[in-house]
Amino acid sequence: MTRRLGWFLAGGLLVALLLAGVVSGFASSSPDGLDATAREGCTFNAAGEITGGSCMLQQEQKHQLEESPLAGYSIRGLGDGRLSTGLSGVLGVLATFALGGGVFWLARRRTPEKV
Amino acid sequence: MDIQAMHIANGIVNGTVSAIFAAFAALALAFCVWRARADLDDKLAPMAGLVAAFIFAVQMLNFQVLPGVSGHLLGGTLAVILVGPWVGALCVSTVLIIQCLLFADGGLTALGLNITNMALLGTAAGYLLVAGLLRILPKTPSGIGATAFIASIVGVVVASQGFVFEYWLGGTTQLSLPWVSGTMAGVHVLIGIGEGLIAATTVATVARVRPDLVYALRRFRKPPVAAPAATPVPVAGGAA
Repeated sequence: MTRRLGWFLAGGLLVALLLAGVVSGFASSSPDGLDATAREGCTFNAAGEITGGSCMLQQEQKHQLEESPLAGYSIRGLGDGRLSTGLSGVLGVLATFALGGGVFWLARRRTPEKV
Repeated sequence: MDIQAMHIANGIVNGTVSAIFAAFAALALAFCVWRARADLDDKLAPMAGLVAAFIFAVQMLNFQVLPGVSGHLLGGTLAVILVGPWVGALCVSTVLIIQCLLFADGGLTALGLNITNMALLGTAAGYLLVAGLLRILPKTPSGIGATAFIASIVGVVVASQGFVFEYWLGGTTQLSLPWVSGTMAGVHVLIGIGEGLIAATTVATVARVRPDLVYALRRFRKPPVAAPAATPVPVAGGAA
């Protein structure tokens, strides 16, 4: 890897960290397109439980990993404010870069290209 | 700020159909790894890690599209333009796997459904459009930006209809399919416009700073007319 590419990667990673760590705290908290469609037709109480109606979400089951320390893009014990969301985002960016970059690096061609 | 769920949760589509799509997604990803190896070199591998990390970050940025409804980038078209179709599908899959396992977003049972829609269908649709559009649009930062915008909208709507197909096969509730399809398509056109703007800005910026790092520009660049006689036929990744 050249030094120039290293600088580009560092810059790109910094942008990703700022987006996930800071800007994420100002994102919309409305349900996304899929979730909003899935909720349509049902009524919900303050805790988010279905109280009536019919919608796609009626048979929803809990996530197997809902007790994960980062579940719901927050850090357990820090609530779900901007700090919690931002820190979980930073960890997510680093984890994704490590997993993705690691797997791609191991899978890359090592021999010089021959055509 | 209170991002909870962005992908298909467990129990929306039944276990049998979810399992079928999990098997399909696993096979398709294995095929992508096989094809991706031809593209992955010392330069593309770390770039692909960055693209995955960037998509993770931007997926957290839900933007309002209607009162009470938000949307976020899926990232398939962005990935395809920067790192190619095979590596791109793997980048989006990496994001979905991290989100499912670390952030409990997108059911574990539904992982195959989510990968099929966003990493495979959305990416494939985006790729076909990018390949087609770059035959007519200029291979400049603005041209690649316009390409990203249009292909993103189509990719997002196709991904949303992937969910409709899965719901049709194995939905656990009985909602009217035309209603589900129409609602999903309508809201995802709006989300696609948002995604298109983000993807266009991103790829145009990379194309300005480091055009050699944009897979779609290398891949679809016209072969040099006066190539040195000893040089073999240029292939993807060969322009390093």
